[in-house]
Amino acid sequence: MDSYLTLLSFGDRGWGDELASGALVTIALALATLPFGLALGLVVALLKRSSSAALRAVGTVYTTVFRGLPELLTLYIVYFGLQLGMQHAWKTLGFSGNLEMPAFVAGMIALGLVLAAFSSEVWVGALNAIPKGQREGAYALGLTRGLAFRLVVMPQLLRVALPGLGNNWMVLLKETSLISVIALPDLMYWTGRANIVTKEPFLFFGAACLIYLVFSLISSAGLQALERRTNRGVAHNAGAGR
Amino acid sequence: MTWCEVPGWLIGNEAIANYGCRMFGGLAVTLQLVAISVSLGAAMALLLALVRLYGGKVASTLVGGYTTFFRGTPLLCQLYLVYYGAGQFRPFLTDIGLWTLFRDAFFCAAFTFTLNTAAYQAEIFRGAIQSVGRGQWEAARALGLHWRGILRHIILPQAAMVALRPLGNELVIMVKSSAVASLVTIFDLMGTTRLAFARSFDLTVYLFAAVLYLCIVEVIRRTWDVAERRLTRHLQAG
Repeated sequence: MDSYLTLLSFGDRGWGDELASGALVTIALALATLPFGLALGLVVALLKRSSSAALRAVGTVYTTVFRGLPELLTLYIVYFGLQLGMQHAWKTLGFSGNLEMPAFVAGMIALGLVLAAFSSEVWVGALNAIPKGQREGAYALGLTRGLAFRLVVMPQLLRVALPGLGNNWMVLLKETSLISVIALPDLMYWTGRANIVTKEPFLFFGAACLIYLVFSLISSAGLQALERRTNRGVAHNAGAGR
Repeated sequence: MTWCEVPGWLIGNEAIANYGCRMFGGLAVTLQLVAISVSLGAAMALLLALVRLYGGKVASTLVGGYTTFFRGTPLLCQLYLVYYGAGQFRPFLTDIGLWTLFRDAFFCAAFTFTLNTAAYQAEIFRGAIQSVGRGQWEAARALGLHWRGILRHIILPQAAMVALRPLGNELVIMVKSSAVASLVTIFDLMGTTRLAFARSFDLTVYLFAAVLYLCIVEVIRRTWDVAERRLTRHLQAG
């Protein structure tokens, strides 16, 4: 038992500090992906509700593809594809040597593309839930399309979309574990290293699972608080038992 | 030329022609893995959902802890925990005669996926059973039905309708998630594709795998649409 504590401790002989730095990378990656994926998801949602059939088709194909592909496959395609593309461009520009694709950026793009596909569904649902009259009323008051969207639709949208987007966040948090396969030193990566060195797989993967679990529990508590806050102006929702 | 070389030959890609047969073999492994874990998981989930709902306080809390753990941690981490972790318990597993099973990567993956999907499906079943109105229970009991009869003939058929759509989604998620099995030496579709890429450095093999995965997902989606129409045919007009 004592040796287990040593293995998990911070410092030279323990892996605690490595695991902690990995956990920070995991959180950083998830947080960096979130705004990118959600914004792209909103754009895809607007495409899917566009009046032009061609734009609607683009939106539908996008979601079908990125919701249907394994995240691991998307990650490989983005990582190797960008790598090859960048090297090609680098050579064409007349430079020599190799250009490396940073794993963090590749992970952010791949997870962001997937998050955009899933969150676009949530955004579409939320956009549909906002009565048309809200927008018409805003136009009648002389607001431009952009202003009406920002000042009238968006604040209501966030409240309706929050539970779905919260779900997307929980999935994203767990998906970040895949990034370890392209050697980004996240929680999963350091756990794997610790396992190789110490031959204590059950201890370390168990610890990693528990760390992810704690992140999930904190997230779900935070999301519940956020939902209560966004619902505070809505009488019948605030009182509803959850 | 066998059929599995045809796609690569048709699009004139050497890597896909060379590794097409391996990749289709991998596809079969993926389908097996998913079919085994989702069906075993479903049986386990139904049990878990019933315990969660009617099993008393202690059992219900235990099931709640189980689902929270498996839904709150990444599948990859769970798979590593089982696959690498089992080796640490080798003497014990040998004693109870299970070591031959846990030595096998395919078994470890199927085992982990079953436990994982059971947790998700248990929540789906729980929600579906809860969505059936209380009056249905009361009316059935008033008619003198035994609780097992009530569940089988009254509650579960109605819950199945509600559960169908989320179960289809869970099946699609499992097809996609099963790709992590390739990280523990299993040559499923993802594993064979990784092998093909490592040997040919041709990115097209990944795109070919992408098309295959999209085909599976599309087939599931269409099948589910048909099944849903059939299960709800008594509710449709005309």
